[in-house]
Amino acid sequence: MSTNDVLLTMRDVRIDGYSDDRWHHIIKGVDVTLKRGEILGLIGESGAGKSTLGLAAMGFARPGCKIVGGSIEFDGIDLLKLNHAELRSLHGSRIAYVAQSAAASFNPAHRLINQTIESTVSHGISDSETAKKDAIELYRDLQLPDPENIGQRYPHQVSGGQLQRIMTAMAMSSRPDLIIFDEPTTALDVTTQVEVLTAMRTIVEKYNTAAIYITHDLAVVAQMADAIKVLRYGETVEDAPTRQMMSDPQEAYTQSLWAVRSIEKPPQPAIDTILEINQVHASYGKSVKVLNDISIKVPRGQTLAVVGESGSGKSTAARVITGLLPPLEGQIKFNGSALPAALKNRSKKQLQSIQMIYQMADTAMNPRHTVRDIIGRPLSFYLGLTGPAQDQRIMQLLQLIELDESFLDRYPSELSGGQKQRICIARALAAEPELIICDEVTSALDQIVQEGILKLLLRLQQELGITYIFITHDIATVRAIADQVVVMFQGKVVEQGGKEEIFTAPYPEYTELLLSSVPEMDPDWLTQLQQQRGASGV
Amino acid sequence: MHPILTTIIQRLGLGLLTLFVVSIIIFSALEFLPGDFGEAVLGQAALPETVEAFRRELGLDKPPVERYLSWVGNVLSGDLGNSFSGRNSSGVDRSREVWELIQPRLANTLFLASMTALIAVPLALVLGITAALYRNSPYDRVVNATTLTTISFPEFFVAYILILIFSTYLKVFPSLANISDSTPMLEKIYRSALPALALTLVIVAHMMRMTRAAIINLLASPYIEMAQLKGTSKAKVILHHALPNAWAPIVNVIAFNLAYLVVGVVVVEVVFVYPGLGQLMVDAVSSRDIPVVQACALIFAGTYILLNLFADVISIITNPRLLHPR
Amino acid sequence: MNTPTTPNGGYSAAKEVTLVKARRSVLQNVWRTLKTAPPTAWFGMIVICLYLIVALFAPLLAPHGQSQVFPMAYAPWSDEFRLGTDALGRDVFSRLIYGARNTIGIAVATTLLAFLIGGSLGLIAAISRNWLDQVLSRFVDVLMAIPSLIFALMLLSIFGSSATNLIFIIAVLDATRVFRLTRAVALNVVVMDYVEAAKLRGEGLVWIMRREILPNIMPPLVAEFGLRFCFVFLTIAALSFLGVGIQPPTADWGSMVRENAGLIQFAEYDLTAALTPMIPAAAIALLTVAVNFVVDWFLHQTSGLRDEH
Repeated sequence: MSTNDVLLTMRDVRIDGYSDDRWHHIIKGVDVTLKRGEILGLIGESGAGKSTLGLAAMGFARPGCKIVGGSIEFDGIDLLKLNHAELRSLHGSRIAYVAQSAAASFNPAHRLINQTIESTVSHGISDSETAKKDAIELYRDLQLPDPENIGQRYPHQVSGGQLQRIMTAMAMSSRPDLIIFDEPTTALDVTTQVEVLTAMRTIVEKYNTAAIYITHDLAVVAQMADAIKVLRYGETVEDAPTRQMMSDPQEAYTQSLWAVRSIEKPPQPAIDTILEINQVHASYGKSVKVLNDISIKVPRGQTLAVVGESGSGKSTAARVITGLLPPLEGQIKFNGSALPAALKNRSKKQLQSIQMIYQMADTAMNPRHTVRDIIGRPLSFYLGLTGPAQDQRIMQLLQLIELDESFLDRYPSELSGGQKQRICIARALAAEPELIICDEVTSALDQIVQEGILKLLLRLQQELGITYIFITHDIATVRAIADQVVVMFQGKVVEQGGKEEIFTAPYPEYTELLLSSVPEMDPDWLTQLQQQRGASGV
Repeated sequence: MHPILTTIIQRLGLGLLTLFVVSIIIFSALEFLPGDFGEAVLGQAALPETVEAFRRELGLDKPPVERYLSWVGNVLSGDLGNSFSGRNSSGVDRSREVWELIQPRLANTLFLASMTALIAVPLALVLGITAALYRNSPYDRVVNATTLTTISFPEFFVAYILILIFSTYLKVFPSLANISDSTPMLEKIYRSALPALALTLVIVAHMMRMTRAAIINLLASPYIEMAQLKGTSKAKVILHHALPNAWAPIVNVIAFNLAYLVVGVVVVEVVFVYPGLGQLMVDAVSSRDIPVVQACALIFAGTYILLNLFADVISIITNPRLLHPR
Repeated sequence: MNTPTTPNGGYSAAKEVTLVKARRSVLQNVWRTLKTAPPTAWFGMIVICLYLIVALFAPLLAPHGQSQVFPMAYAPWSDEFRLGTDALGRDVFSRLIYGARNTIGIAVATTLLAFLIGGSLGLIAAISRNWLDQVLSRFVDVLMAIPSLIFALMLLSIFGSSATNLIFIIAVLDATRVFRLTRAVALNVVVMDYVEAAKLRGEGLVWIMRREILPNIMPPLVAEFGLRFCFVFLTIAALSFLGVGIQPPTADWGSMVRENAGLIQFAEYDLTAALTPMIPAAAIALLTVAVNFVVDWFLHQTSGLRDEH
């Protein structure tokens, strides 16, 4: 390859960030080489520095960060030597940025089309009329509904997936040489994500734009990128072309990134039904029903996965079971006898038997309570354990969750994400429940930590015989740990059955859509899906 | 009907309701007057029959609801009752109508408030916006510390310092602001200069700090960062992106402070002996002249409610989500 | 940072679990924060301490009694009467010192009462979130529609200006602001999962309020206490200045300004005479400035705003 093809060269880039009253090293000497028309996937867990690196490729550092060393060369121009005005002339014209949250990145006061063409016009690349026509063509390429008129709308009048595509159009409007995509589909549902990914890839290929695609989702990056770079704690772990990385990862860390998908659950025998939800309808207030005639049977000692996208009603079902939201109609039976609908009507024993673990461990624990307080409270409240007896039991629980006694007097802010979630698990276990509802408990965690938590949960089920209702939107997790699966869509149960049964064709229409939208590790998956859906007219 | 109109009408209705309830509170405060109230006003030499006649005249023997309704009726037709001053123990009633007393004072206070607002509002906005733009620069730090100091000063302190400097030493402005209807406009402005200056200093400090906070909050929004990443010039980011979203918080700041002006004016009027509504109210409070106190309270409260209503409506009109519903 | 590995070199999630973060004691944290405080905050803290000392030890510090009358009125500054005497022949310096105790004392009492009323009602409104919340909020909205100085003037004209009336009336009026703030911050906490977790456990209302919510809303409440104190302090001073606040012969800074205001016109001839009414006013200003500086710094610390570097 001749050097004319090289668009971006970053050498030994070092970036510091300011927090806790001092400067920390965020990026510690990373090299990046990007050719024209090439897509580089940047993956890593949260805190790895991907976003910071992506912005640095534009020569931009957020408030609180500064670029302290290395060189960044874009098409022969040293970005670090430019002054503000010169740098600004590149932004939005030759280098563009697509942010994670489209809803927050659009100005609520201006129409979408004006924002789309804004940088093109202000940089003098073309005039307003031409840019508008071009923008409409871009909307068409991106498969947006009603491309002629959608630009006339305001951001709040358009859905999340559409906004993300309009933001892509905004980036493309000036035909940049490089676009930086910063986790653009992370906040979207899996079925929406597929459409957005397809649209993005089509358009980037069409105009031969180079791109840096930042994400933490391996399967997604496998679809989009030509080469992948794995980042950890501000340093490069591994760098390779996509197919090579997917088939033969070198580093242990890289290999562990998709370990979740390697968990295999030994099948659990069904005993009887521990919980039954019969024909439940529920709503918040007088508006639309969130749950419409739901009936679910939860087998004892097994893991029932409830899978669905946002708006499916899965979290609402959890609230109904725990008694936070009394249903409008229908009945809940626990261990054969009827469970009072409202929380306040339940006995302590009933409350004790059903426990819940939340998605965000940060907000699930009181920041002013120590670990001892958090685990100790259910022990004293339900079991009346105090003093040395309580301490002993707390120690046992800590061992169960693979932590040691040094954690007793810590506050949640001093723990890592995985440690926090383990404490939440211990808190649930302290009550000695029969049923634990796990509401997206691994969704906010990094891949490796997810693996640890899931393995822990499985082990606990083996040892203690606890039943889980595992609410999630991630199909890979469902395959890994579920015995039974319930698929929900817009407040209704689409199907319920054993895992094998659900994941074998033929599927009901929605399940088909859902399962097929989940990105696979195969780099050709998206292309194949496009062809399939194009052929069947989806 | 456009949802904006419905929202505005709802707010107007709410404002009227609040005014109504406030009037009930102001009126019913009268209920708590101690029993010897009649004597207190007429003087100790008053005969029991005179006191009784006074009570009957005030309608204190009728049921409260009837009294309230007749009071409201009177207010709406412009009759705010008669002042208690001018009555003496012999029962002779030389009291003047409250409205007669209030009217010139109200005009003076409005004049002073307008003069202040005209100077203070633009000044505070400019200072606040520039301080927000140049956050943590020496300019910002100095302005911050100065305004923090000024808002901590009691209004009379600021007023007396101004008098010391400009009146007693420099002899530029008079310390007593006695104006009347007949004073020519230029002379009015000259005499009201010091009171207006005192008020301006206090208000500008408050308004500037709140504006600065509002703009800083706005500048932290993700769409502002997005505009920067698109290579928009700083000026355009402020004017084109930030400003359209800034109307609501800024108007709220202005309305809040103008309402504060209405209150702060009381102390300043007393210091400068400015013949305004605040002075009148303080004098009436000292002499327990209840009708005047009630009327003044009603006017102040009404202005306050009106200003807040105005700010509410502006916030609604400038909200793109309400202007262009889904 | 080392990648945790198992003995045979593979990556270990289990090892990840036991990696530990550094921890500091409470005292260390406090000292660290104090060290980073700007000079304005230090100034504020020192001034507040000084005022508290004067207020607490007033009888020991004042040379004469606060209402003690001497035969010479309007005496000039001298060794015996450091700041001269006022119209009735009372020592201004002693009254200034006692004024600290009286004015600050009443302001603190009022603020505490306002917090008691407003804070508890705000908490209840935030937790119940039903009709009770609506009723309380509407009621507070209406009360706040009347400017507080005006309302205070009106109520004082009816009930009379005793110290108790003053404390009670201003406390109730100020409680509305405390209510709004407490309700707002408590609402932020009430929607947290850990509060829901406590409810699911079956915890009672009082326990939730005391152990879950209250500890998490302290920082904004503490800051608000400082701000409310300033506001109350200035309002009482203004009312006393207008003659309807703390009544003579009790020494109070606001009324001292009023009593001696006439001396200002003599500035050209005798500067000290003109300064006599200014000193109590300056005393009010200084304390308010100090509290504002400290609260400003405290808010900056707890809000975590990120600045350009």
